[in-house]
Amino acid sequence: MTSEMFQLILMTVVTAATPLILAAIGELVTERAGVLNLGVEGMMIMGAALGFAGAYASGSTTIGALCGIVAGTLMAALFGLLTIGLAINQVASGLALTIFGLGLSGLLGTGFVGLKRDAAPQLHIQGLSDLPYMGELVFGEDPFVYAAILLVAGTAWFLSRTRAGLALRATGDNHQSAHALGLPVRRTRFLATLFGGACAGLAGAYLTLAYTPFWSPGMTAGRGWIALALVVFASWRPWRIVLGALLFGGATVLQLHAQAASFGLPGQLLSAAPYLATIVALLFLSSGARRNAAAPAALGQPFIAPR
Amino acid sequence: MKKTAFKLVLLSAVAIAAASASFAAEKLKVGFVYVGPVGDFGYSYQHDQGRIAMQKALGDKVETTFLENVPETDSERSIEQLARSGHKLIFTTSFGFMEPTLRVAKKFPGVKFEHATGYKRAGNVSTYTAKFHEGRYVIGQIAGKMTKTNTLGYVASFPIPEVVAGINAFILGAQSVNPDVKVKIVWANTWFDPGKEADAAKALLAQGADIITQHTDSAAPLQEAEKAGKFGFGQASDQARFAPKAQLTAIVDNWSTYYIERTKAVLDGTWKSTDTFGGMDADMVHLAPFANMPDDVKKMAEETAAAIKAKKLNPFKCPILDQDGKAVECKDGKALSDAQITSMNWYVKGVDDKLPK
Repeated sequence: MTSEMFQLILMTVVTAATPLILAAIGELVTERAGVLNLGVEGMMIMGAALGFAGAYASGSTTIGALCGIVAGTLMAALFGLLTIGLAINQVASGLALTIFGLGLSGLLGTGFVGLKRDAAPQLHIQGLSDLPYMGELVFGEDPFVYAAILLVAGTAWFLSRTRAGLALRATGDNHQSAHALGLPVRRTRFLATLFGGACAGLAGAYLTLAYTPFWSPGMTAGRGWIALALVVFASWRPWRIVLGALLFGGATVLQLHAQAASFGLPGQLLSAAPYLATIVALLFLSSGARRNAAAPAALGQPFIAPR
Repeated sequence: MKKTAFKLVLLSAVAIAAASASFAAEKLKVGFVYVGPVGDFGYSYQHDQGRIAMQKALGDKVETTFLENVPETDSERSIEQLARSGHKLIFTTSFGFMEPTLRVAKKFPGVKFEHATGYKRAGNVSTYTAKFHEGRYVIGQIAGKMTKTNTLGYVASFPIPEVVAGINAFILGAQSVNPDVKVKIVWANTWFDPGKEADAAKALLAQGADIITQHTDSAAPLQEAEKAGKFGFGQASDQARFAPKAQLTAIVDNWSTYYIERTKAVLDGTWKSTDTFGGMDADMVHLAPFANMPDDVKKMAEETAAAIKAKKLNPFKCPILDQDGKAVECKDGKALSDAQITSMNWYVKGVDDKLPK
């Protein structure tokens, strides 16, 4: 295998994994605070639509990404008002948020269908980006990829090393105790939900600004749901999100490359490969670490302050 | 007394409302079910263009409704919903809607159904499709001439007859001008997922393909070709706006004429269950302007298209060899019969792929 092809395949894997990492790391924080938001797909598609709209209108990828973040955050705020403010069932609200987002994005994006813009530029560092095998892979990605890695690192640090991170985890594990300790349960959950929305919005913007630089309704094609599954797969640990996303994205992309290289394996089986890989990995992860890898104990339970 | 008068007024209001409702119901309600979003700028978009043209042509005699993004596996209740809400003619526009359409048709014998790209009919179910493969033959010739690596890339969706026939026609076209050409096929197993379609195109480009064509619904593979400085084709709709430097031409589906004709037939009471298989001659398939190619290739493409249109050239003219090199029986004498094409589940010689079963 030549150096270029090796890099090209791995870079495709990274591109496929990035939206999953972005959306999943946000949902991870939301869930660690005890809120289950099944509306990732809806927040993501809104980010995709408004991200593209913003970038197209302003001519700037950065402004587009910010628009995507704002769109996802607003969607999450709506979800937060319903589930945290009014303590409405989280599962039902999350599903409704997905359906709402898919519909609203289609409506808002109508005027942007069929338009195109250039993909977000990729980093280029003289010398480093030209290194064989690894150069472009490490030093030649688009800014979203680096943002995703930084977000994961920041989240890992925040959750395990800061006082606020500890408070967030406490809220997700036992909201009554957290409340008794004087921690602001609702505010923590609301902020965590907003963070989840912002990340999902950014993930959506990645699709329309870097992955396939045009807007089309329904183009998230289920990635929000995969991100939700990745959080479980990662047993709520930040770095495992990266592992899971690379595994899933890798299996998806490698089966396409295997077909193009005519390995003679049946297409449908290859298409199922990423899902099979995920199930196998889930079995491995859950068998050894059953005791300490559990979900946040208060996940999905609405909090009503005792009087 | 006052109360009675009030009741009378109320009753007559209800009666007027009911009367105007029944007057409105005299408009023929026509429903459309799409597998993708109308904004895909591809397959579903073209069907919707047909709906709009029909609405325009027949004006206030008809009232149209469409449902987009209807999943094939869960389409029965969507189709039934249209039938229940008074639609008398329903177009279901994807292969996977075939069985659901037939099941709903059984329950609503008074409603006419039109199913695109399928092969099962009933007293109140017609089928219609276009000879997309005629367009595929022309773009195959263009690809065969334009390739420098002698490797063409094909992003396919699902192994249904329409897609297989498209692949075969594309390869026969390419081989007719370039005997050394190879086609690599990647099954994306989706009709619409721009990200995955782009990844499939990247995989083909990485394997040396320098012309990309696709039988999925978004412009993503074409855009990947443009990004790599290679060439591609638009699918179902003119997609030049997405890749002005890469689109050589596009196979454009044109359903307008058919939708107008069939809806008129229902209005006139002459509708019958039929099977329509129209091609470039009926203008159900046409090609977007030829671009980004040298004049001699353009001339060749124009001549081939004209010959197909005039029925002088049949992409599936015999002899045709299957993948093992065996001659295929030609049920239409000199060419494959329509039935052979619409049920195609085998590859012609030269396809570098095993057909998923």
